[in-house]
Amino acid sequence: MIDYAFPGLLNYWIVFLLMMIGLYIVIAHENLIKKIVGLNVFQVSVFVFYISMAKIKGGTAPILADSIEVYSNPLPHVLILTAIVVGVATTALGLALVVRIQESYDTIEDDEIRDIEERSD
Amino acid sequence: MNIEIITSDALNVMTLLFMAVTAIAIARIRNLFAVVMLSGIYSLMGATLYVILDAVDVAFTEAAVGAGASTVLMIGTLALTSANENATPNKQTIKALIACTLIGFALVYASFDMPLFGDPNAPIHNHVVPRYLNDSMAEIGLPNVVTSILASYRGYDTMGEAFVIFTAAVGVIALIGRGRREKSANENMADANNVMKRKIVLRVVSKLLIPFILLFGLYVQWHGDFGPGGGFQAGVIFGAAFILYGIIYGLGTLRKALPAWLTRWLMALGVLLYACTGVVSLIKGASFLDYNVLASTPTGGQHIGILLVEFGVGMTVFASIVTIFCAFAGRAAADVNKVSAKQRSAGHD
Repeated sequence: MIDYAFPGLLNYWIVFLLMMIGLYIVIAHENLIKKIVGLNVFQVSVFVFYISMAKIKGGTAPILADSIEVYSNPLPHVLILTAIVVGVATTALGLALVVRIQESYDTIEDDEIRDIEERSD
Repeated sequence: MNIEIITSDALNVMTLLFMAVTAIAIARIRNLFAVVMLSGIYSLMGATLYVILDAVDVAFTEAAVGAGASTVLMIGTLALTSANENATPNKQTIKALIACTLIGFALVYASFDMPLFGDPNAPIHNHVVPRYLNDSMAEIGLPNVVTSILASYRGYDTMGEAFVIFTAAVGVIALIGRGRREKSANENMADANNVMKRKIVLRVVSKLLIPFILLFGLYVQWHGDFGPGGGFQAGVIFGAAFILYGIIYGLGTLRKALPAWLTRWLMALGVLLYACTGVVSLIKGASFLDYNVLASTPTGGQHIGILLVEFGVGMTVFASIVTIFCAFAGRAAADVNKVSAKQRSAGHD
């Protein structure tokens, strides 16, 4: 008999905690690189959320073999696998924008950029 | 109750808690170099967690991409910007904390409607997935179900993802790939200044490692149908070998081995190969990306089709990662030269 009470919903709750830390970094910090790291933290937590849902207790990796009966769900794995690589590509694009912002404004702090913009208006 | 299940659950929760601690450290530390390294560790723990949760293909990708490639790119950005962030005003911090706490509680409230972790009767396991698990061996003929879904059942999605990566790399080239540097002269000068020239251990060890990394990349590419692996992972691993070469021996040397035009062509050829595989099956009278008609038997056709599109994905991912790295590194080299030129002229004055 397999007991589903542990971790139960606890897994999802820790994932929510990770998501909120990521969101907090994105809203509360002015530094653009820190914001991108925050987005990464959020992104990985969403990945973990998907993979947590795909897990079946007592299951194994979805590579077919004769001796195995229970496989975890392969569909979220596919979605997240591609999302990770797309994630790094878009992160690179974001970082490239940060580099250009640094070159134009000589700072990557959001509030300082806003000040410069207001003064030039 | 099975001891294996208990250990895997305990490991699962502990890894998640470690990730939470790392994330809090990322939020609190203001030295951006430390933050970037911590975010690499965070990704690596994510990869560990995916292994515990049976997602071996995903773990592979996360370890290569999250912990490897994106950390390198972020350090490259730090070299071009600054390594410290300003303190955030307190008022803003409190507002953000309140907002995040509220959203967090809303999510926890919503989670009460979710099936428990590991429940085999959850709705997510009961629609299309039984078909993949039961019939994919007869329809596709590959043991790795993740590869079957990725390249065949959901081939459209994957083509879209490959195009997103291609587009992102083109965007990076457009933003920082050109301009502000007088090309190869700069790269050579940066090589001469390269501190890595003096690190003999790194040079020797990397020389030993790179062939094996490349070999492993090829294995992951061509064995992805039977074990964990495939084009996405192989592309990143292959790219990582060249990035390592570039870091240790300098951008100019890397560009001699792998010229800029070549990576740009490979980037486009990869997605073209993917799309052309679809067009060939159209010409042969089936629907777009239906590989059954590519060979005399349906499973034979599936094998050829999957091999081709995975190769296309691998090519695009590899070329895009290397192109993106070179764009950042080239920018940094130009920057170093500008600074040293400034210092020199200041010295003359």
